[in-house]
Amino acid sequence: MTKDNKERFGFETRMIHAGSQPEPVTGARQTPIFQNTSYVFHDTDHAASLFNLQTFGFIYSRLTNPTVAALEERIANLEGGRGATACASGHAAQILALFPLMDPGDDFIASNRLYGGSITQFGKTFKKFDWRCTFVDVDQAENVRKALTPKTKAIFVESLANPGGVISDLEALSAIAREAGIPLIVDNTMATPYLCPAFEWGADLIVHSTTKFLSGNGTSTGGCVVDSGTFDWAASDKFPSLSAPEPAYHGLRFAESFGDMAYTLHSHAVALRDLGATMAPMNAFQTLLGIETLSLRMERHCANALAVARFLESHDLVEWVSHAGLESSPYHALANKYLPKGAGAVFTFGVKGGYEMGIKVVEACELFSHLANIGDTRSLILHPASTTHRQLSEDQRIAAGAGPDVIRLSIGLETLDDITADLDQALTRAAE
Amino acid sequence: MSEPLNYSDEFLRGILSGVRGIAMVGASTKWTRPSYFAMKYLQEKGFRVIPVNPGAAGQEILGETCYATLAEVPGSIDMVDIFRASDAAGQTVDEALALKDSKNIRVIWMQLGVRDDAAAARAQAAGLSVVMNRCPKIEYGRLHSELSWGGFNSGIISSKRRRIRIG
Ligand SMILES: Cc1ncc(COP(=O)(O)O)c(C=O)c1O
Repeated sequence: MTKDNKERFGFETRMIHAGSQPEPVTGARQTPIFQNTSYVFHDTDHAASLFNLQTFGFIYSRLTNPTVAALEERIANLEGGRGATACASGHAAQILALFPLMDPGDDFIASNRLYGGSITQFGKTFKKFDWRCTFVDVDQAENVRKALTPKTKAIFVESLANPGGVISDLEALSAIAREAGIPLIVDNTMATPYLCPAFEWGADLIVHSTTKFLSGNGTSTGGCVVDSGTFDWAASDKFPSLSAPEPAYHGLRFAESFGDMAYTLHSHAVALRDLGATMAPMNAFQTLLGIETLSLRMERHCANALAVARFLESHDLVEWVSHAGLESSPYHALANKYLPKGAGAVFTFGVKGGYEMGIKVVEACELFSHLANIGDTRSLILHPASTTHRQLSEDQRIAAGAGPDVIRLSIGLETLDDITADLDQALTRAAE
Repeated sequence: MSEPLNYSDEFLRGILSGVRGIAMVGASTKWTRPSYFAMKYLQEKGFRVIPVNPGAAGQEILGETCYATLAEVPGSIDMVDIFRASDAAGQTVDEALALKDSKNIRVIWMQLGVRDDAAAARAQAAGLSVVMNRCPKIEYGRLHSELSWGGFNSGIISSKRRRIRIG
């Protein structure tokens, strides 16, 4: 949507309707699952126009698919962006987001408190592309400024970080990004657009693991990159993939030919075309269904999580609780500013007794599922040091809020008393 | 900072369904230029697009003869689509205003990135409709739910079943 035109409808209306008008041929009201790879051309001239990006339309589902496109439009709309590109997973979204920005030898700056899998992807696997990541403690925005180099192409943070109840000061970080002429990329997975409108706080690109709260009940892996449409890719020579002639499209310049649509078009026509990390139509459908109830789920997720955090904070066997909604949290003020509707449903606590006790508590739970995911309707529990954050060094684990005594919870939508009772019995049994 | 531009979907729909002839000032013979993309697309949607560009006068672009000036375009024009820098747009608007009765010019459309508020005010005072900083191809695609193909936010929320042309 062009930035000049204000949204006419509320968030809840858009989470049900955006991207999903009735299907015009049959009148089907729910978005159909276009379980289909390819689309018939009218004639060779039509095919040529499509391949040259001169007309709008579907060619092949590695690039675009109607069900996936409905999901993309819905997420773009909810985030208030220009366009979105869905893909196979949150990690695929992170590659796609950086792909048009980075050349070999370039660097980007990321928070050292990202989700552990992101730290491994950025710090280890991206080295193979010669994409260099500098991790910094972004709580001191000055650290980011100091890490800037002439080859820095982006700043990457999570609005609300997994797992530690850590919140990034988006406004301060966006000011630094703007000064440096580079985009601020925000992983909004844990907050979702319902809790945190990251573009309004200055993000230029948003990435999601749709696997989590957007799909909402643990059925479908997926990811998405959303472009605000407001970053001027041609303002400098830092982003030649978007501003310079593209050899695979006969020297077309994306930024010039497509204006505020350039980034999202490039993500489909070049990045998905060649990286191939496409979302399956069935996963897009499941995620569309999930988003229809996003606001209701997030409200209850947040209310349950804050109540569980308070319960644990007063529990004898608990050392500390890190949830930004608690007055005791150093991020409480940032939570009030950036997440006024609730500080999310994923947080950590420390058990008295360290690593051994952490493992015992996880294993003693009956209602909580012991697994490596977040954002499910079900309550989930995990001991990060022995699982998701296992690949990290001890120092990295502590920086990421995943030390030996840390337990991560993703609070679901069950009856609150049942959730707290399960944790209570697990803590008590583990201490026996 | 200039004021944001707000055009309702109804206003844009009215323009795009009301015009047939479009003089495209700044049309290019190179197929990788944005104006070429827009011209080809608008032709496919049934508009008659006449290219205007002194540098390409006499040449053919997508089957249409290119003219050096608006005044040389034969017949009625309906809408002038300006693919020129903002500081050159005013001059084109004044040329169009001088021809508005003889060529039935009712709409001035300035492309994405092109904006001249003073020229727009002159055209509106003369009774013309004006759109600035928009692309008719993108708006047509958006309003006809074609833009959604690439994951773009059309801003359209509707439970009405669209009528489609089949074939
Ligand atoms: C904040 C955050 N970002 C990204 C990811 C990666 O997403 P995916 O597992 O869909 O690849 C996760 C997954 O746990 C996450 O929690």
